[in-house]
Amino acid sequence: MKNEGEGSERPDNTAFTQQRLPAWQPILSAGIVIPGFLIIGLAFIGIGIGLFLTSQTIQVLEMDYTGVEKDSPCFRCTIQSSQNCTCDVTFSLSTLFTGPVFFYYGLSNYFQNFRKYGVSKDYYQLTGDTKYFKSPQDVCAPYAYDSKSNPIVPCGAIANSMFNDTFELYQIINGTKKQVPLDGKGISWWTDYNIKYRNPSPVNGSFANAFEGTVKPINWPKAAYELDLTDPYNNGFLNQDFLVWMRRSALPQFRKLYRRITEGDYSAGLPAGNYSLTVHYNYPVLSFDGRKKVVFSNVSWMGGKNDFLGIAYLVVGSLCVVMSVVMLIVYAKFKFSDDDA
Amino acid sequence: MIQQLESDQGGMAKDLTKNRRVVMPSWTEHEEIKELQQSYSRNKVRTTKYTFLSFLPKNLFEQLHRFANVYFVFLGALNFVPIVNAFQPEISVIPIIFVMAITAVKDLWEDQRRRKSDQKINNCSCEVYDRKQKQYVERRWAEVCVGDLVRLCCNEIIPADMVLLHSSDSNGVCHIETANLDGETNLKQRQVVRDLPQQGPEFVPENYSSRIECENPNNDLRRFRGFMEHPGKVRVGLHSENLLLRSCTVRNTETVIGIVVYAGHETKAMQNNSGPRYKRSKLERRLNVDVLWCVVLLLVMCFIAAVLIPISLYVSIEIVKLGQIYFIQNDLDLYNPVLDTGVQCRALNITEDLGQIQHLFSDKTGTLTENRMLFRRCTVAGTEYPHKENAISLEQYEEQGCGDADHSLTLRSRASRKSLSCKSLSCNRSSVSLNTLTAESDTHSVHDTLRRHTPGAFSSTMECAVVPDPDLQVKLNALSSPMRSALRQEAAEISHILDFFIALTVCNTVVVSSPTQPRHMVQMPVVRTPLRSLEEMKAMFQKLSLPRFPLSLNQNTDTPPSLTKKLFTRGRSASYFPNSSPQTPITNLQSPTTPSGTPSNTPSTPVTPALSSGTWTEDMDDIQKAKDNSVRESDSESDDEDEEEELLYEAESPDEAALVQAAKAYGCTLLGRSPEQVLVAFPGTGPLSIPLLHVLPFSSARKRMSVVVRHPLSGEVVVYTKGADNVIMELAEAAEDGFSREIMEQTQKHLDQYAREGLRTLCVAKKVLEEQEYKAWLKRHEYAETSIENREELLLESAERLEKNLTLLGATGIVDRLQEEVPETIEALQEAGIKVWVLTGDKQETAINIAFACKLLRPTDHILMANCDSKEACEARFHELEHEITQVTKKGMKSEDGSFDCVLVIDGRTLDYALEKELQGSFLNLTCCCRSVICCRSTPLQKSQVVRLVRDKLKVMTLAIGDGANDVSMIQVADVGVGISGQEGMQAVMSSDFAISRFKFLRKLILVHGHWCYARLANMILYFFYKNVMYVNLLFWYQFFCGFSGHTMTNSWVLIFFNLLFTSIPPIIYGVLDKDVSGETLLDLPDLYKSGQKSQAYLPSTFWVNIVDAFYQSLVCFFIPYFAYAGSDIGVFSFGSPINSSALLIILLHQLVLCHVILFRVFCNTICPSDLVRAQKMERLSAQDYYMSLQQWKENKAAQRLSSRHIPQNLSVNADVPYLTDCNAEAGAVLS
Repeated sequence: MKNEGEGSERPDNTAFTQQRLPAWQPILSAGIVIPGFLIIGLAFIGIGIGLFLTSQTIQVLEMDYTGVEKDSPCFRCTIQSSQNCTCDVTFSLSTLFTGPVFFYYGLSNYFQNFRKYGVSKDYYQLTGDTKYFKSPQDVCAPYAYDSKSNPIVPCGAIANSMFNDTFELYQIINGTKKQVPLDGKGISWWTDYNIKYRNPSPVNGSFANAFEGTVKPINWPKAAYELDLTDPYNNGFLNQDFLVWMRRSALPQFRKLYRRITEGDYSAGLPAGNYSLTVHYNYPVLSFDGRKKVVFSNVSWMGGKNDFLGIAYLVVGSLCVVMSVVMLIVYAKFKFSDDDA
Repeated sequence: MIQQLESDQGGMAKDLTKNRRVVMPSWTEHEEIKELQQSYSRNKVRTTKYTFLSFLPKNLFEQLHRFANVYFVFLGALNFVPIVNAFQPEISVIPIIFVMAITAVKDLWEDQRRRKSDQKINNCSCEVYDRKQKQYVERRWAEVCVGDLVRLCCNEIIPADMVLLHSSDSNGVCHIETANLDGETNLKQRQVVRDLPQQGPEFVPENYSSRIECENPNNDLRRFRGFMEHPGKVRVGLHSENLLLRSCTVRNTETVIGIVVYAGHETKAMQNNSGPRYKRSKLERRLNVDVLWCVVLLLVMCFIAAVLIPISLYVSIEIVKLGQIYFIQNDLDLYNPVLDTGVQCRALNITEDLGQIQHLFSDKTGTLTENRMLFRRCTVAGTEYPHKENAISLEQYEEQGCGDADHSLTLRSRASRKSLSCKSLSCNRSSVSLNTLTAESDTHSVHDTLRRHTPGAFSSTMECAVVPDPDLQVKLNALSSPMRSALRQEAAEISHILDFFIALTVCNTVVVSSPTQPRHMVQMPVVRTPLRSLEEMKAMFQKLSLPRFPLSLNQNTDTPPSLTKKLFTRGRSASYFPNSSPQTPITNLQSPTTPSGTPSNTPSTPVTPALSSGTWTEDMDDIQKAKDNSVRESDSESDDEDEEEELLYEAESPDEAALVQAAKAYGCTLLGRSPEQVLVAFPGTGPLSIPLLHVLPFSSARKRMSVVVRHPLSGEVVVYTKGADNVIMELAEAAEDGFSREIMEQTQKHLDQYAREGLRTLCVAKKVLEEQEYKAWLKRHEYAETSIENREELLLESAERLEKNLTLLGATGIVDRLQEEVPETIEALQEAGIKVWVLTGDKQETAINIAFACKLLRPTDHILMANCDSKEACEARFHELEHEITQVTKKGMKSEDGSFDCVLVIDGRTLDYALEKELQGSFLNLTCCCRSVICCRSTPLQKSQVVRLVRDKLKVMTLAIGDGANDVSMIQVADVGVGISGQEGMQAVMSSDFAISRFKFLRKLILVHGHWCYARLANMILYFFYKNVMYVNLLFWYQFFCGFSGHTMTNSWVLIFFNLLFTSIPPIIYGVLDKDVSGETLLDLPDLYKSGQKSQAYLPSTFWVNIVDAFYQSLVCFFIPYFAYAGSDIGVFSFGSPINSSALLIILLHQLVLCHVILFRVFCNTICPSDLVRAQKMERLSAQDYYMSLQQWKENKAAQRLSSRHIPQNLSVNADVPYLTDCNAEAGAVLS
């Protein structure tokens, strides 16, 4: 007659039910914490120095061409609604701007991350679904139909507000302008170009026919199928500039890649000298107190120029070291007799 | 004429619908009544909450009672309004739908279980009379309706409330066991309705056509009023004795037939069954407040509609609690192999309250003690019989019992285990015990039934046979031995002794059954075996020839024979010599009013004198054998034991069984009992029938019970009374003669001594009634019995009329052993800072003794007594005591030995005054200064009042623990109610939140599981708040950079799944499995429990520190990436993803480290580690070091306690200061 094990109500004697599962319980004692802080602090300082130095080597050239001040070259383009206004911004480089050089345009006080703005596009249109060409989704409103109730393709605020200034860069050598070739290929995300956005299939062999019955976005000078007539692979929704614009920026002050300078004489970078940037000034920003600029920058392993990261690492690292020293002092002073176990 | 009558009746029937119900046999031709009857509820029961249709609306409605759910539904709805929608509206409702769906599925599953059990119950079958087939046919319970005649056999469960119409018992009695209903395992008698027209041996349903009118269904189990109107317009009153209640079991009766009056939900059992209670734990209450805070916070930063309020929090909490309960229930340390029960957690949502208990209220009997009454010693006629050998055997038994599986117990416990586990299961569900039901349905073999239908809780096969005291044995033997001394004094004493034993044997309600015929009462032998011999008769005569009144004895100086002659009843001559005629006593026996049925035959065959002594020795041998047997029982397990040994005693209270057992050890054996007579055997006699004239059952108001019998030998009407000592001593007649006064004095002395030893005392007294006196009383008593109004009061009065001028015979001392490990448990609980109060119905001395025994009281303690007769005295006494405490405190300061703890002992009457509004304040004030409080002689109501007072006024967490029906109210009132599934049935368990089988389990339940549950849950909840605030703030900071447009930098799916998926499992696992300190350490250091009492893990400040921490972390998580990416060409989601993932990583890392503020924690641990951290560290040490540091810890703590004592700012040094101020304030409030 076994008394044990006989009971049907008897709980199982397993490590799990009896809460005897092996466990590791870290205790943060002074012996671990003080050296830990020191090591982490030193590591952070190391990383911080590396980041900071790298960041210093990156060259950045920013030029505001909004034309707010009267003496700025583009001031005249801001005054009236002058069509096809162009202005030249000149600058000079004292040293070689090592390549590859990235050519950005930048906007300030521009909220591409505003919620209502952000949702104002029709994914179905942008994937080439012609059904939605006729009846864009409601989220596009008020940029879904024009005043004559023609559907807009591509609809929505984002597309409508596409940045349409264009630039030409010239190196001035002995008074003559030598055009710097700008490479506009591959500046958008690979996934955007190859997966996310699709052009509609051509109708009767003509790409433009696919857009029949629709109108271009109100602010656009030309229709989507005319964005780049020279290169069919850079046209319509697959236009690189369009794709770059459609990928909304996270913060109200941002820059977007315009071109890269990788070709010809400039593959090693922009040599020292004088340059002239011709701006086709189309995009109004002063109404919302925005600013426009162009940015030339090169990159390193850590990306673009950013001093903050290095400084942050340095500060946190130093704090850790300081804390470890403070704790060591405190520990040495108030150490409890039974604490050194 | 007939029409008129019918319309008349019809009108009456209509009237009756209002407040009465009319029941006729279901085939009644009276249309209106038939219709009426069909409108009554059927016997189908449904305990489910929902039906198919009502599930959705009802469940939704219930879920929306939670504040957070309403909030989320509101938010979800808001998202459908185009102007404010933050996400795609479909996505935004996913979480709330998910959460509510989980809850709904859980509810549905629970309901499904109830439905299944309902079905099982409804499909039970019983025999219902079918008029067409003219026989009883099997019907499902669900089909039984009001007015049906139901036939039940022994051990069947009663399907509905029925009025008993017929019983196979010749006396029209039926026994039922109400264990399923109220947990009481003793048998209760039910009576067939009186004056039924057909009372033959067979009940013919066709002939039954009486009409029953009774009150509408109510939940009072003990009340049933109505009358039965026979066709001849004769009305008979119906009482609760006529009612068989649903879910009780028929016992000891072959068949019964009854008519259903209440069915289904209208039965008393179902009316009494309110579903499981919903208690809100303290933590959850605070949680709700904090959720409100979060809403406020959210309103402040209401730019975003986000997930600051942890939607999955409630679901997670429920899951965590289920997990915690799983582990509590599976703890082997809380498992009792003897009863095969572990812990039952009946309340699912207050596990963490176990970790915050500040006051513990304990019942004494059955909770601290075994409630296994064992006869210890007795005093008869002023002489104390110490029963030394008995004491030794008790001790041995105790050792045995505590050691290996106690042998004497096994047989019983093994058998009773089944029934117990059945009960424990059945009480989980609300309705009928199915297990007993199914267990019975498939068994027919007698042997199986034997195993199953084990004796009730107090039935005997005594675990420990009483060893008779040699002195008393000799004196009792003197009765039957032919040579006897002639001393008067001794004779009187011997007469007392005999009466004492008769009283022990007869004055009870013990039901005798034999195991071979379980639950069937031993039937009275039809042919009475005659007294064995002339010699015995003569021996009996000798006893009877003793003086009835000591007064006359004193005057009498005659020799025994003449004394006999003179004093023997009615002056008849009787001889004490063997050769005198046996005829005389027999006539005597049958004199005046012997009930006709008493078969006391005249012995026709004279037997030789030698036999008598022979019989006696034989008897002694039997007893010896019996004793041996009881010891051997477990190994032999044989059925061929002595017939005598086979008797099982089932008593209403364990005391009774113990006394009957004790008498049996002396050869005074109770052999059988019927309503009219008791069959007993005395030393030297064979089975002897004693006519039982009346039983005045025990009532708590009278605190005594009496039987009126016709004395077997003298033929006089004698009243034997047994009851609480103080009551009996009051009623006992202080006769003017020295002898009886001496008896009283001596007995009182012995009683005091017993109480000091912690024994339960009972006094036994008798009274001889003159015939006329008896007749006069009988007349009024019968009137009382038959009256319908004020019946109870009249009966009480009648009993009081009878129970006066008693002659004290003696008193018994019954020992109720402490349960194992009770002192250790109480000590640990006190060390843990829990104030232990004992609330008992026992007398003061006993209570104090038990308190000493279980270390609630220490020898150095200062005991404050409060026994007052009036409110003013009480008030004065309280002031005096307060003063006393100050004095003692001062003295304690001076003395080196610092332990001057005070313990308040208060009796029931004083407690009544103390509970009055005016005195509450000072009472609480007083108790605050005491380490412990003992309330004795308290009623169940007082118990609950005390708990409520302390709970409400001191604002502390209370736990009440008890085992009996008298603890139920206390258990229900307390924040946490713990029931002990002991011997007094399951009522306490049914009303409890947790049920354990021994008091000692409380230690681990509270100190370990309570601590864990609290710490786990508190930390988990804090973590939930942390993680939500942290995460939501990330989104909040972003608003400053997106024009406050409510845009998020992450995909809305990521946002939604953050709580539901990415961070849901780790906290749940943490909440179920994490241990801050191991169980062993928690048991070793009860000190650690205090952290939970003070709610240290979840203080308001902790909450806010937590929130601030979350703010800080979210700031870091957002702004480091912000500055790193500022001005770059980063896209929205490319910006959000690193933030999101780093936040997720940090949140999970935070869980891993689980410290609210790292620096703070590190500082604390380094400079002044908290107790918990030190304990954690100790656990890393080797076993020896661990032990050493454990000792050191305890010494340190003791030193601290001492030092804190030496700087007492106020008189309550021991009491925690906040409490005192609390209760001072309370007192002030109350007084003003």
